[in-house]
Amino acid sequence: MPDFDAIVIGGGLVGTAVAYGLIRRGQKVGVLDEGDIAYRASRGNFGLVWVQSKGFGVPEYQRWTRRSSEDWAGFSTELLQETGIATGHERPGGLTPCLTESEFDKRQQLMEQLRSEAGDIPFEFDMLRPAALKKMLPVIGPDVVGASYTPYDGHANPLYTLRALHAALLKRGGHYVPGSRIENINAAPRQFSVTVRGETFSAPRVVLGAGLGNKALGAMVGLNVPVRPLRGQIIVTERLQPVLPMPTLMIRQTVEGTIMIGESREEAGFDDATSPEIIRTLAERAVKTFPFLRNVRIVRTWGALRVMAPDGLPVYEQSREFPGAFVCTCHSGVTLAAAHALHYAGYVIDGALPPELARFSTERFNVLAAA
Amino acid sequence: MFSLLPDTPRERLNVVINGKTVSVPPGFTAAAAMLLHNAGATRTTPINDEGRAPYCMMGVCFECLMEINGEANQQGCLVIVSEGMRINTQHGKREVQA
Repeated sequence: MPDFDAIVIGGGLVGTAVAYGLIRRGQKVGVLDEGDIAYRASRGNFGLVWVQSKGFGVPEYQRWTRRSSEDWAGFSTELLQETGIATGHERPGGLTPCLTESEFDKRQQLMEQLRSEAGDIPFEFDMLRPAALKKMLPVIGPDVVGASYTPYDGHANPLYTLRALHAALLKRGGHYVPGSRIENINAAPRQFSVTVRGETFSAPRVVLGAGLGNKALGAMVGLNVPVRPLRGQIIVTERLQPVLPMPTLMIRQTVEGTIMIGESREEAGFDDATSPEIIRTLAERAVKTFPFLRNVRIVRTWGALRVMAPDGLPVYEQSREFPGAFVCTCHSGVTLAAAHALHYAGYVIDGALPPELARFSTERFNVLAAA
Repeated sequence: MFSLLPDTPRERLNVVINGKTVSVPPGFTAAAAMLLHNAGATRTTPINDEGRAPYCMMGVCFECLMEINGEANQQGCLVIVSEGMRINTQHGKREVQA
């Protein structure tokens, strides 16, 4: 009967980031990963480490995101040193191009709101018009009326990041169990056990980092985690010489040379397919933004399911009924990976979440239900 | 390494592989033309600059990317040769004209 300091359920970016964070603090950790039948948001996401559209009206979310983005470079370096795997993280700043004056005005208002809500943390942004924008991003097209810029945005390769986290876990003696669909958690305060494939794992802590699976898993440990799928579709092109020096909200060039085009949002249940209508809309906006894309080949498209709470914020909570059981879930597994590894894991060991994460508690769902 | 089947019709057309004019049977693909004339590596990889040559010959593996009539990154196994076609090795990532 393997005994651990913590069991982490979920082997995607969220689960492995928390698990790695626990292990680097000397914890003995078991990671139970469902397998290829899971929806695996970490295998389908876009790869932004993004600040400039996170947390309108929720300063706590802006601060948490910003903190992770500040930590990302160090996190990436640490993973490289641990594993030899480069995440491809860069932080050249980012842009949100606008195609109409009303988009531009709305964007400006949102950026001003973010700055006013940033409190005592400086929040720099620029609203760039085409002349200034062209200096930063020469391939911008004539239909772009302007863009917002912040220096805080960046991107990384989500698959290399996931691979690095897995490699770091294994290297430090983490116990990884694939093919682990959890049917039942035996829960008592600070005493949990899970049986998978005939093996029972016990630990005083369990962390739910299983994305859309957290809804059912949460119910087993007294946590209300009302996450639902929100589909995004992504287009990937052939590999090109470097042409986009920084990411935009919808389009980024990977270090390997492909251009990724994304940022659609659809309620499609658990259907993770692509649809011609969405792909066409994405391609049209991409070509308007960067006309050179008109002659660039698409090599692949895919759909993936974001893990969304009703208000779009992360969910961080410790079970009241079964202390020691934590949930960690969000739709920004890449952006928040550094915060989950470097900070969230520490709170799990401390046995208490700090006040700055109170805004992400499941309490808010009770309030919503009552309203 | 490769040779034509004995029953290949005698008809030929000319293509230019990396600057050298060669003849191939009509209906051949650009990738097959490269293989027939022992062009060796038909592309270099975008990250590590390693040589690669056509592999699946059915449009799936993307190993046969080559520059055909000036257009880079084409799947050579899906392009049928025509008279005078210029076929060049693809070197790494494609250049784009912005």
